[in-house]
Amino acid sequence: MILEMKNIYKEYIQGKMSIPVLRDINFSMEEGEYVAIMGPSGSGKTTLMNLVGCLDQATSGAIFLDGQDISECTDNEMADLRLQKIGFVFQNFQLLPKQTALENVELPLTYAEIPKAERIERARKALVRVGLEERVNFFPNQLSGGQKQRVAIARALVNNPKILLADEPTGALDSKSGEQVMELFQTLNREGVSVLMITHDVEIASHAQRMIVIKDGMIKEED
Amino acid sequence: MFENIRLAVKGIWSHRMRSFLTMLGIIIGIASIISIVSTIRGTNEQIKENLIGAGNNNVDVKLSQGESEYYMDQGSPDGIMTVTEDIKKEIRNLKGVVSATFYNKRSWTEGITYKNTSLENGSIYGVDTEFLRTKGYVLQEGRGFVDQDYKNFSKIVLLDDVATQTLFPGETAIGKIIEIKGEPFTVVGTIRKSDAFEPVINSMEDYYMYNQNSNGMILIPQATWPIVYNFDEPCDVSVMAENTDIMSSIGKKVEDIMNTLVVASPTSDEGEGETRLSYRAADLLKTVKDLQKVSESTNKQLLWIASISLLVGGIGVMNIMLVSVTERTREIGLKKAIGARKKKILWQFLTEAAVLTSVGGILGVIVGIIMSQVIAKMSQTPVAISVPASILAVVFSMVIGIIFGLLPSIKAANLNPIDALRYE
Repeated sequence: MILEMKNIYKEYIQGKMSIPVLRDINFSMEEGEYVAIMGPSGSGKTTLMNLVGCLDQATSGAIFLDGQDISECTDNEMADLRLQKIGFVFQNFQLLPKQTALENVELPLTYAEIPKAERIERARKALVRVGLEERVNFFPNQLSGGQKQRVAIARALVNNPKILLADEPTGALDSKSGEQVMELFQTLNREGVSVLMITHDVEIASHAQRMIVIKDGMIKEED
Repeated sequence: MFENIRLAVKGIWSHRMRSFLTMLGIIIGIASIISIVSTIRGTNEQIKENLIGAGNNNVDVKLSQGESEYYMDQGSPDGIMTVTEDIKKEIRNLKGVVSATFYNKRSWTEGITYKNTSLENGSIYGVDTEFLRTKGYVLQEGRGFVDQDYKNFSKIVLLDDVATQTLFPGETAIGKIIEIKGEPFTVVGTIRKSDAFEPVINSMEDYYMYNQNSNGMILIPQATWPIVYNFDEPCDVSVMAENTDIMSSIGKKVEDIMNTLVVASPTSDEGEGETRLSYRAADLLKTVKDLQKVSESTNKQLLWIASISLLVGGIGVMNIMLVSVTERTREIGLKKAIGARKKKILWQFLTEAAVLTSVGGILGVIVGIIMSQVIAKMSQTPVAISVPASILAVVFSMVIGIIFGLLPSIKAANLNPIDALRYE
C-alpha cells in the first residue's frame, strides 16, 4: 500500500466559522497504481492533494504514505517526505525562469545534498526519460508549454519518488501537447511509477486505471 | 554554502542596477569610514614623526620645578650638585642609549650682539662635543668644537640658521666676532637641524607647534660657560635612544640617575604650588598621544556620522530584500514544495543579503582608498591606509547584511508553500 487515508476530516477556520472541506475520506492506493481524482472546483480535491503531498495536515484522521503516518510529522519531517517520497507536477509548471531546464531538474537533488557531478548526471537522465535530451540547456521561456510540463515531470521524477502527484497537469496546455503529457504519464506508470492525478476533465481522468469522484468534500463514487 | 553564494551572486547580477543602488548606502558608509580612518592615521603618523623626529629619538631630561621646566634665568638653585664624570658614564652606558649630551642653557637671553645688531630672546647653550650629534644638528659651514677648544677655554661660538640670519643678514658669519654679555666670541661655524629631523610643516599652526627655537640659538663650549654665567650650574641632559619604543623607559632611567644629584630641595614656605626641584624627562610619546587625541576626537564624530550612513544602507538592504521575498514568493513556494527545509530558504536569503553587503563593503573600501588619495592630494595632509581597518570594514558590512537580511529571510522561510504557490 503506497497511500492510505483513514477517516480524514479537514476544516478551515475563516473568521469565527469553521468550514468543512473534506469529510470522512477513506481511500487507498496500491504501489504502481494510476488513480485520477475528479471533481468540480471547490469540491475539495486540491485540499486532498495538499494533504497527500505533505503540504498541509488534516484536522483529524490518519494518512499513511509508504507505510509512514504523516499526521504527526513536524515541519522538517514533512519537508523531507516531500523531498524523498513525492514528486509534484503543477498546472502552471512552476519552473524557475532564470534557470535552464537542467538546473530546474537539479533543484530537488540540491536539497538532497547530492554532489554536483551526480546531480547533473541524474538530472540529464531524467530529462532523457521525458524525451527532452535536446533541450537540456534551454531556459523555460525558450520551451513550449508541453516541453515545460515535461521538464516539470523530469524534476518530479529525479529523486525517484514513491508517488507522482499531478494537479491538473494538462490544464494550461493545448489538447495536442496535453495528449503527449498524458502519454508520458502512462509510459511512466507502465515503468512502475505510482501516479495520483487531479483533474476536472473526464477525458483526462479516463487515462487512469481508477477514477474517484469527489463532491462537497466527500467521495461520491469509485470505480 | 558555496552553492548558495554562487546563486546569490547570480541573483545579484541579474538585478545589477537595483543591487548597485541598494549597495550604494553601504559603499558610501564604508568609503567615508575608510577615508576618515586613513586621514586620522596619516595625521597621527605625521605628529609622531614631527615631534619625535624620524631617526632621532631624543629624550630631554631637564631640571624642573614641579611640573614645569626650571629656567636658570631665575638664578642657579641651591641643593643641586653638578654632574660628575661617573654620572655621565653611567648614563652613556645605559642599554639603548646611543649618545648623551650634557649642557647648560639660558632661554630669552639679552646681550648677544654683532656690531649694532642684537639677537633678541635667543637661547644660548654651553655644550659638550656630543651635543650636535645627540640633538640632531649638522654643521652647515665651518667647524664644530673639538677637545682642544675645551682645554684652551676657546671663546668660540656656533650659530643656528635663525641666529645667522639675524646677526649676519647677507654676509658670512665665520670668523666674525660677536659679543655675549660683553665678552667677545669668534664664530667658527653654523649649524642646522639634520634633514631627518625636519618636521613636515603644512600650516601656521604646525609651524608654532613644532618650531620652538624660532628665536635663534647659539652654542658655546661648556668650558667657557662660567665666563658668561656661573660656575657649577646644574646641567640638563639629552639622550638619543636606539628606537622610539624605549624612549619612555630610558627617560625614566636617566631621570632616576640625575635625581641622585638633588641632595636638598628647597621647601617653599609661601605654599604656592609645587616648588620641589627634580629632573624630569620630557615624555614626548605622551605629548604625541595628547596631540593625537585632539585630532582623533574631532574625527571620531565624523566616524559616527559615517556610521549613520551604514545604518541607512542596512535599512535599504532590508527594504530591497523584503521586496525580493515578495517578488519571489512563488519561487519560495515551489522550493518548499519540492522539499527544501525552512533552514535552506533562510540561508539562501541570508547569503544573498550578506553577499550583497560584502560586495558593497569591498567596493566601499576601494572607493575609500581612492577618496583618501584624493584628500591627500588636495589638502596636503598625509594618509595611511589601514589594512586591518579595511578587512574589518568588509566584515562589518557583511554583518550588517546578516542583521538586516534576517527579517526578510525569516519571512521567506516561514511562507506557507500552498499560499506561496498560488501567489500571483
